[in-house]
Amino acid sequence: MDFFVGHFNYWVIITLMMTGLYVVISTGNLVKKLVGIGLFQTSVFQLYISLSKVRGAQPPILEKLPKYGSAEKTSQTVTELTATIPQVTALDPASVYDPLMGVVYSNPLPHVLILTAIVVGVATLAVGLALVVRIREAYGTIEEDAIDEAEYKIEVNAS
Amino acid sequence: MEMSFPIDIFVIIDLILISMLLVVGIAIVRLNNLFVIVMLYGVYSLLAATWFVSLDAVDVAFTEAAVGAGISTVLMLGAMLLTSRESKPTTPIRRWTSLLIVLVTGIALIYATFDMPAFGDPNSPANSYVGLMYLKATITDISVPNVVTAILASYRGFDTFGEVVVVLTAGLGVMLILGIDSRRSRSGEVENKDAIAKEANTKNKPEKINALNHHIVLQVVAKMLIPIIILYALYVHFHGDYGPGGGFQAGVIFASAIILYSLIFGMDQTRRAIPPKLVQFGSALGVLIYGGTGIITILMGGKFLDYNMLDQNDTIHAQHMGILMIEVGVLVTVASVMLSIYYGFAGRYRQLKDQNW
Repeated sequence: MDFFVGHFNYWVIITLMMTGLYVVISTGNLVKKLVGIGLFQTSVFQLYISLSKVRGAQPPILEKLPKYGSAEKTSQTVTELTATIPQVTALDPASVYDPLMGVVYSNPLPHVLILTAIVVGVATLAVGLALVVRIREAYGTIEEDAIDEAEYKIEVNAS
Repeated sequence: MEMSFPIDIFVIIDLILISMLLVVGIAIVRLNNLFVIVMLYGVYSLLAATWFVSLDAVDVAFTEAAVGAGISTVLMLGAMLLTSRESKPTTPIRRWTSLLIVLVTGIALIYATFDMPAFGDPNSPANSYVGLMYLKATITDISVPNVVTAILASYRGFDTFGEVVVVLTAGLGVMLILGIDSRRSRSGEVENKDAIAKEANTKNKPEKINALNHHIVLQVVAKMLIPIIILYALYVHFHGDYGPGGGFQAGVIFASAIILYSLIFGMDQTRRAIPPKLVQFGSALGVLIYGGTGIITILMGGKFLDYNMLDQNDTIHAQHMGILMIEVGVLVTVASVMLSIYYGFAGRYRQLKDQNW
């Protein structure tokens, strides 16, 4: 049971990923193919984000922060903090000193990677769609086999 | 493994969202009507965004909701209108072959997950070293509550610069393929046969039936909504240090406000309000602001994008300043590129009438 609850997210994500892959392989329609790529892409995002989840944690937005603003208090708190963190402890999960003050946060690093990947994803999707639009203008169809036929005709006529 | 995962409310929410994702995914596989497929893709993105919230990734959820459910759906609808409404059903041979390939790949991938750390494990390699280090260091180095923004804009600012350049490049690609301002084709050579056919059809109707400008209710509601959407985009942008949000999300929301305007009031009016030249200029300007911030820090004696140089007496202030500057660059580029892509598609479809839907 523990194993199932600990791994079901991967299995679901792989199922979704394969759904996307199936759409890409099985259909000859270029717009539907791009939708399939979108499904595949989203499932990769889900894989990364589910890796960053920490049980019982909260989103990586810090709750307690030394107040920034009024001069001496800030500098004091900051120097205090920097003085008490030896350089190594940041890398050592078992270190005694905890600047997070006991609050557990999910891992922010995959969030950053995926956030930018989503925006880049839509930009590249737009390039794909633009190509599909041009293909339609040139061949009058967006079905793979019909495009192949049209290409073949052009080649036969040329030779 | 000392976990006994309690079947609490969050697990139930996760399971419900996941099953909805699966249902939508399978529906997309089985359907052939492209309009329905594209709308379901928007639903899928929104569900994915909801699941991201449940997985604590609020920034990602925000982006996915704005980009996946918003802009991508609009772009796909645009492409669908320009191409076709139906996809041909696949042949049985092809269907079974792809099912076989997918099954084999899926089983191989599932076999690989047996070694993966358990879901939500706080001691997994991914969660215990670098991620934890960023969380702890943000407090003293940068002192902004949203650690995602801190990493995005400061620690990994160079990577984000790369992403912004990729977005600009993709925008340039669309501009090259489709052209940003299709007015040229209106004056002289018409590029495709469809446009000629459309021209012939509409010749007997001299007044432009552009967009939905005979829908009074839509117009009034949109007029009230658009300023609020733009205000919200600015809030998301400037509040990105403190809560979920930032330049990427704000840029997309800003662009969607303009897209709403053009859907209701037509492309001609939108072109007058925001000329394509301005959009082109903006795409490059954002990257220039971002890169320029890096050059300024070099000139002040630091390394590229080393914000501490901006104010050597108060490095936290310097970090905040640097983050704000590059986020402005991200906002300008993302908003302009999204708009230029939209202009590219919308310029091809000159007249959008009710019966097209």
